[in-house]
Amino acid sequence: MEYSSVLTTCTYCGCGCNFYLENLDGRLTGTIPCKTSPVNQGRLCIKGWNAHEFVQSDQRLTSPLIRKEGRLVPVSWEEALDYTASELAAIRSEHGPDSLAFLTSAKVTNEENFLLQKFARAATGTNNIDHCARL
Amino acid sequence: MTNSIGDIEEADCIFITGSNTTSSHPIIADRVYRAKEKGARVIVADPRRIHIARLADVHVQQKLGTDVALLNGIMHVILEQGWQDQEFIDQRCEGFESLRDTVKQYSPSVVEGITGVPAGDIERVAELYARANAASILYCMGITQHTTGVDNVKSLANLAMLTGNIGRPGTGLNPLRGQNNVQGACDMGGLPNVFSGYQQVSNPEANSKFASAWQAELSDKPGLPIPDMLAGLEDKSVQGLYVLGENPVMSDPDSDHVSHALQQARFVVVQDIFLTETAQMAHVVLPGVSFAEKDGTFTNTERRVMRVRKAVEPVGDSRQDWEIIQDLSNRLGYSMSYSSPEEIMQEIAQLTPSYGGITYQRLEGDGLQWPCPDTGHPGTKILHQERFARGLGLFHGVEHQAPAESVDQEYPYWLTTGRIYTHYHTGTMTHNSPTLEREAPEGWMEIHPDDARKLGVRTGDRVRVASRRGSVEAAAYVTEDISPGTVFMTFHYVESNANVLTNPATDPIARIPEYKVCAVSLEKAA
Repeated sequence: MEYSSVLTTCTYCGCGCNFYLENLDGRLTGTIPCKTSPVNQGRLCIKGWNAHEFVQSDQRLTSPLIRKEGRLVPVSWEEALDYTASELAAIRSEHGPDSLAFLTSAKVTNEENFLLQKFARAATGTNNIDHCARL
Repeated sequence: MTNSIGDIEEADCIFITGSNTTSSHPIIADRVYRAKEKGARVIVADPRRIHIARLADVHVQQKLGTDVALLNGIMHVILEQGWQDQEFIDQRCEGFESLRDTVKQYSPSVVEGITGVPAGDIERVAELYARANAASILYCMGITQHTTGVDNVKSLANLAMLTGNIGRPGTGLNPLRGQNNVQGACDMGGLPNVFSGYQQVSNPEANSKFASAWQAELSDKPGLPIPDMLAGLEDKSVQGLYVLGENPVMSDPDSDHVSHALQQARFVVVQDIFLTETAQMAHVVLPGVSFAEKDGTFTNTERRVMRVRKAVEPVGDSRQDWEIIQDLSNRLGYSMSYSSPEEIMQEIAQLTPSYGGITYQRLEGDGLQWPCPDTGHPGTKILHQERFARGLGLFHGVEHQAPAESVDQEYPYWLTTGRIYTHYHTGTMTHNSPTLEREAPEGWMEIHPDDARKLGVRTGDRVRVASRRGSVEAAAYVTEDISPGTVFMTFHYVESNANVLTNPATDPIARIPEYKVCAVSLEKAA
């Protein structure tokens, strides 16, 4: 059996508690609160104690999907990315960059947020980017 | 937060308003308990008798949407009694006369008429807050999710400045941010008008700095906030929508309107980890990865940047979110060639003054609180210690304004919304966590026993709740924790989603919707 524990930051609320994710043979099995964290000092709430559970849910998306004849069907990454890029490019060339809009996310990392706003502003040319800060 | 989470324990008085702290920020509630144990007084102003109200020295239950009046009443008493910090006002602030003239009209008896809070309680709150050596304000969406959200926050700022409760340990104006990385998403420029670090896209200097770093021509016209994007989809001025890790069909007000707007789109892309209600409407769905499967950073409510580390391999064929964006960018002809999230952070630090000193190496241990302008800087635990960001703190005289929608004969009950302890936001993650789902598998509506009696409803009975936007059914939960005439629901459950009912009217400046107040009718369902 192989066991590891990795220190990370909780994905739920804005407290930002630190815990270790426990990995046993490639599956997450639990969380251990970090005692030295300046935020949670060894404590967690019920969501933090169970933050590993949804990660390996059988409801997770495991493949790109494209709508064909009204239904979302699995496709390759190549096809999904080519199709997405060509649709975005077509809309931009027909109606201008401000006909595209982006919602970034309060759940993803700083790096991913930075990259999506760069993509919106520099690659497609629009400042139409917002997220659920108000919700 | 102007101050830090640990700093809450230094307060002699903690004023909590519009925050169901024990449900939504349990670990911060722990700090309030500890402060209380050390002798701090706790004031709670909330229309519901939430859990933390039970340990409060004073709990006032203002009517929905009357926060400005309540705060003006508190400040009226402070000025009448001479409890203000005149030295702080004279040296650190400006515009005091405008505040003084406005709050003069808000005597406790006038405010009692608007808010329903007894005049004596208003006086007691004023005394506890103003006479503490260090008083901290904790607030959350109960303050901001109003058509007067900006006015509410300005009023809290007035109160803190009036009493000199800012820039010192145990004080401050402390918004508790709802999402793990909502602070970071704002810091990183996930907003229509600013690049990272709140640098305006319309500022020529900032625009040319980013244009030259990114080698691209950049628009200097601020973009659309979410409500205007939805309107744009409906009038066809917006044709394509790219959604990363959000679920607007569930989370935005007036859900039926949101679904209608998405149906008008020519092209919708959703990048997420589950097939959310929004993803079900997409043309393309791109599977990203969860927090446990990626490296990066989150920034918490106290501005602390902390590491996120990969603990398990991604499920199935899902891919790193940054790689998906990079691949799309390259296909659109704008080259990106990052090799890791750490390399992206190096660019963030170069272009974002408040993150200038942040490196992955320095984040080992406790992380760093911005502003952290250079690699020798230790980070900032308390903001506004010597001066405010704008120099002098500006008082605003703010008048009370009624909510956008009011009860009437057709819709005679007030509805307010929020979260519960075991679920989170639209439930995408928590409904897929068996332990959490077992705790609260279905949504409910809190209703006062007097109202329940009138409707002939007992706990567990189904009630049809309707507003001018739509209607849903929910099980009743009869409780004295809510005021007569008001009901409470969550937006965690698709089958009883309060956002089918909520009012999309927004604050004119912040464009935040008025989730916390709308008018509904109730009837016992068959």
